[in-house]
Amino acid sequence: MVPLLNDLELTGRNSYLVVMRILVIEDDKETASYLIKALGEAGHVADQVNDGEAGYDMAMAEDYDVLVVDRMLPKRDGLSLIAELRAAEKQVPVLILSALGQVDDRVTGLRAGGDDYLAKPYAFSELLARVEVLGRRSTPKEAETVYSVADLELDRLSRKVRRAGTLIALQPREFRLLEYMMKNAGTVVTRTMLLEKVWDYHFDPQTNVIDVHMSRLRAKIDKGFERPLLHTVRGSGYVLRDDG
Amino acid sequence: MAKGGFSRLLRTTGFRLTAIFLAVFAIFAAFLISYIARNTTEILQADIRRAVDAELAAMALQYERGGPSWLARVVELRSRQPGASLYLVIGPDGSKIAGNVETVPDEVLASTGADAEIVPYVWLDEEGSRQRYSALVRVVDLPDRMRILVGRDISESEQLVRVVRRSLILTVALMVALGLVAWLFVSRRVLKRIDSIAESSRRFAAGDLAGRLEVTGTGDEFDRLAESLNTMLNRIERLMLGLKQVSDNIAHDLKTPLTRLRSRAERVLAEGKSEPEYRAALSATIDEADQLIRTFNALLTIARVEAGSSDAAFSIFDAAAVARDVYELYEPLAEEAGVALRLDSDGPVMVRANRELISQALANLVDNAVKYASEGAAHPQAVISVCREGGRVTLNVSDNGVGIAEADRGRATERFVRLEESRSKPGAGLGLSLVSAVAKLHGGELILGDNRPGLAAALYVPEAAAGHAV
Repeated sequence: MVPLLNDLELTGRNSYLVVMRILVIEDDKETASYLIKALGEAGHVADQVNDGEAGYDMAMAEDYDVLVVDRMLPKRDGLSLIAELRAAEKQVPVLILSALGQVDDRVTGLRAGGDDYLAKPYAFSELLARVEVLGRRSTPKEAETVYSVADLELDRLSRKVRRAGTLIALQPREFRLLEYMMKNAGTVVTRTMLLEKVWDYHFDPQTNVIDVHMSRLRAKIDKGFERPLLHTVRGSGYVLRDDG
Repeated sequence: MAKGGFSRLLRTTGFRLTAIFLAVFAIFAAFLISYIARNTTEILQADIRRAVDAELAAMALQYERGGPSWLARVVELRSRQPGASLYLVIGPDGSKIAGNVETVPDEVLASTGADAEIVPYVWLDEEGSRQRYSALVRVVDLPDRMRILVGRDISESEQLVRVVRRSLILTVALMVALGLVAWLFVSRRVLKRIDSIAESSRRFAAGDLAGRLEVTGTGDEFDRLAESLNTMLNRIERLMLGLKQVSDNIAHDLKTPLTRLRSRAERVLAEGKSEPEYRAALSATIDEADQLIRTFNALLTIARVEAGSSDAAFSIFDAAAVARDVYELYEPLAEEAGVALRLDSDGPVMVRANRELISQALANLVDNAVKYASEGAAHPQAVISVCREGGRVTLNVSDNGVGIAEADRGRATERFVRLEESRSKPGAGLGLSLVSAVAKLHGGELILGDNRPGLAAALYVPEAAAGHAV
């Protein structure tokens, strides 16, 4: 992963631009070339192969930050490709794309060694958000006990949140929501991702319940402070970052 | 029985079993009877042998006491008694001196062994007719190169063997005959029942989905088989109807928005001039496509739930905890909509179910409750409650909104039915039918009641057995 700009500088796309090398293994040529183009426009470098065997060779030979793997591929299917990469100790994060979207399909995919699962059809913003969160995983955030963005600080051990030194009381779920946002600070996360990672729900609630949770959280951490940290990204989701 | 009935009888399992049992019992009977017969003859012949030996010893004593002439007299005397043994005294020159035996083959006379042997002989009666018998015969040397032969008829013991052999054959024959009769009787009865089952299945396969197997009410194994097959047929029929409904609904309810989407694109392509117009049209198209995808996903989920393919994901968990999670998820939304959302539950209630689906079903109910309460009540409120009664766990969601008219409650769980709303509003009308499908998957049910005012939805799920509690 090559940080192009200083981590605190912003780009036109309203995100810290971290260029990722992404390999898209997808047999539908139109989908694949659309993905390559859109990922390129988002500031990443993406390669594309059309079948499982070429995908395996490329993934082994090059050093990618994220793989986007279609579940059904010619020559070698997506899941066995991932399983073999894992057997060869290749730890690159993998996003599985599949037309099968049920919970048990997802479980099978993740068990094969995938890191995230996205059912078709999907919005590109959803795919981009997931790819960027996966790519960030390469940084050792898991090991950090204190997350901080600007003057907001979250202590994962004492479960305390402070903004400019002032203690903020959060409900357990709000804490987990903020923890997830801070862990992925600077990266856009979608509503579906929040529902999956924070609530562990894999269904689509008919009403947008996440928005209300977000506005509550925003009221607690941003209200009364000059610089808002929690931003809504239109058409995508949310991002936690210091706009400076 | 139909044409070729007998050859069908021969091909039944019953016939094969009968044949095997017959063979086994026949072999067993043959072994038993021949064993008994052999032992009996041996015992009888041993007795005869002893008698022959004793008589020979007596004769030798008579010879010692009175010489050849005395012996000849004794032999003549004994020969004439009724049922006499066989006697022959032979002089040094090999001629007969006394006895009731005319001639003896030389090799018998030559073998003056210690043991008696079985020798066939011919009996000449007064009428001169010849009858063949066999005897146990022993020849002993006397002093002065004389020899004496004593024999006893063993026809009786041979007769016994013959009787035993005949009774064996009779027994086996009788067994085979009785077995055949029993087999015919049983097989015909069984075949009749099986034919009726096969016939009903054929009719079902040919498309008569309403047909069921006959249950005679005797509670025998065929009734049990018919009952479980009927359960299967019911399920198949339900699935078929469900599939038909889904395809009808897809045709009806996905085609409408697809047509709308297409005509909008067409119109904009024909009329649209400015970039903002194109943009607006495209983003409306994406929204519509998203809505279509949601509807499609919901349909797929319902179809999969109804097909029961989510069985694998069953686990044992606390339904009250699931209710609390859903409550927490919806509480901010309810507050924003001005609905007082409350959770009533007392302690953990374990169920064995698919956690994801139960969560989704409960979320659907709460979503509806909040939506309708906020629309139709002066002091809108909604209550989630979890309780346990009589082996069932009830997840209740009630609101004080407009409710559903009693006549419409049954219909409300059908796919795509949205009672008073126009179809352009969000929510594709699949919420309650998903809840109903989830309830059925778990062997429970969804019951819609009156909350006076408002709707009281009760989702029943069987409680996890106490032994399963984790």
